[in-house]
Amino acid sequence: MVRGRTLANRLLLTSALLALTVGCGFLGWMRQPRELRTNPPVLADLSRFRLMSNGIGGAPPESYFAEAEPYENDAYNLSQGKRLYTWFGCAACHGDGRGAAGPSFLDGWWLYGPEMVSIVASIRDGRPHGMPAFRDRMTIEQIWQLAGYVQTIGAYSAKVAATGRNDGPQTRPSENRAPAVMLFEEGPVGVNPDQGPSP
Amino acid sequence: MRMSPIIWMSTIAIISGCTGNQSAINPKGAPAIHIAHLMSGIVAVCTLVWLLVMVMLVWALLRKRSDAGEQARERGLTTTVSAAVGATAVIIAGMTIASFYTTRDIGIPGEAALTITVRGQQWWWQVIYADPDPALTFQTANEIHIPVGRDVHVQLESTDVVHSFWVPSLAGKQDLVPGRTNSLLLRAERPGIYRGQCAEFCGLQHTHMAMMVIAEDPESFERWAVAQRGNSVNPGKPDAVAGQVAFIAKPCAACHTVRGTPAMGTTGPDLTHVGSRKTIAAGLLETTRGSLAAWIADPQTLKPGNNMPMVPLTSVELKNISAYMESLK
Ligand code: HEC
Ligand code: HEC
Ligand SMILES: [Cu+2]
Repeated sequence: MVRGRTLANRLLLTSALLALTVGCGFLGWMRQPRELRTNPPVLADLSRFRLMSNGIGGAPPESYFAEAEPYENDAYNLSQGKRLYTWFGCAACHGDGRGAAGPSFLDGWWLYGPEMVSIVASIRDGRPHGMPAFRDRMTIEQIWQLAGYVQTIGAYSAKVAATGRNDGPQTRPSENRAPAVMLFEEGPVGVNPDQGPSP
Repeated sequence: MRMSPIIWMSTIAIISGCTGNQSAINPKGAPAIHIAHLMSGIVAVCTLVWLLVMVMLVWALLRKRSDAGEQARERGLTTTVSAAVGATAVIIAGMTIASFYTTRDIGIPGEAALTITVRGQQWWWQVIYADPDPALTFQTANEIHIPVGRDVHVQLESTDVVHSFWVPSLAGKQDLVPGRTNSLLLRAERPGIYRGQCAEFCGLQHTHMAMMVIAEDPESFERWAVAQRGNSVNPGKPDAVAGQVAFIAKPCAACHTVRGTPAMGTTGPDLTHVGSRKTIAAGLLETTRGSLAAWIADPQTLKPGNNMPMVPLTSVELKNISAYMESLK
């Protein structure tokens, strides 16, 4: 009797360990694949998003959904975006995300809306009150990567994909936090009169 | 007997890996020579110790059990063990002292003939020949020129992750750590081209993060430095002229500097004299017009994950830009 019990226990333990190993292997296999080289046709398509006539909101190209919104949900792209934020000097006007000469990305208020296409358009074409156009300085894919990152800074909801960590000390809430309600309560910053009533 | 050709071939293959221009046991610079001496000294001592131990072991296995009394045997054992412990202490102390003196010898001397800054980036080497006069300061990438027989002080920095600077034929290995400056003495006794390689895993393209150290006589070095200090040459041929216009209008100029033009980006290598370098993309390809075109057309296929994006270009733009790059001697 006792022998039977220990044998059953051993079998149970072995199969649990086996399941754990297979599970870990599966998790490793499921790892998000990195798309290091986007196909040129897909790249070209990235410029073909549609924007509303007032420059706020619109629709990304079809292929963006077919690729499962890679610039919002892919940790590699978000991390590249974070790198580009420093490389292209966004901090000169937007600080660490809290804003300076340019508006804050952290407060949850978007002068031109929170959609990816609005942010992409802001970066690519510039905006009238002092946001320079980066059309000639970055490739369209980099603009999408950067937009994904900027959107994450002021995200309303936490994402599964996160950027790389900061090497320096944190000066503000991290990008992949759950939304901090109090940050959103301060209200909009730097709204210009022709941008409609304050939200 | 049938195995022997294979053994011979593989031995030859292994030994041939030890000559060439990237080898710690074929040193061509004072620091590397000190290290090679230390290395062969330690290997010799350890070999001797190993042989002694083996001889003792065989002797212990073969000898007859002595018929001395328990006490005498105990005494013999005590003497042997104490002698062995004493010898070990002496040998280890000797090696420690030898390694202390070697470290001292490869340290940075009071004044070096030349100080350069090497900044590791994923995945290339930025090389800055700084001068108190900013007009005389210039940069290269993945290619370091040094005068033969002079002490060169290399300041090592990193912008992203830990890299390691290793030119085995000339010096030891030293890490590049973000947020600090490390120092290394580089010195070549003989002219030549020595290959170096990042020796600390730093991400996807760690394997393709090589550099060339070109040691030349002081006059040639001075001539090279004067040429590098100058602004980029103006393109002469029509395709290169068109290439320059395209280069400045495209995102290239936001990442790369070509002194003498409006291109002043700093995130990629300085291209002012890119055509004069032996290789591009950290030792990946030899610098030819064809390889430049291949690189610019599709950097992510040649070096997946590197930080230069594929910039959409028409075939004419690509041809012109490659001609321009090649003309930047
Ligand atoms: C010269 C200063 C300056 C620089 C540099 C700059 N911005 Fe701006 N940015 C502004 C200003 C000012 C505005 C507000 C424009 C407006 O209200 O019309 C703005 C607006 C924006 C917006 C729209 C925000 C919203 O609330 O809808 C985004 C997105 C943005 N910038 C991203 C960036 C990124 C990314 C970079 C780096 C590539 C960058 N900016 C660099 C000044 C700058
Ligand atoms: C976002 C920044 C960026 C842009 C835009 C960019 N490059 Fe680069 N470039 C880099 C980086 C980073 C490297 C180093 C890559 C490596 O070796 O890992 C590089 C390397 C090179 C090299 C090899 C230099 C050497 O000495 O190894 C050439 C040539 C070059 N780029 C030309 C161009 C041209 C031409 C364009 C425009 C079509 C361009 N680059 C656009 C960042 C950029
Ligand atoms: Cu490395």
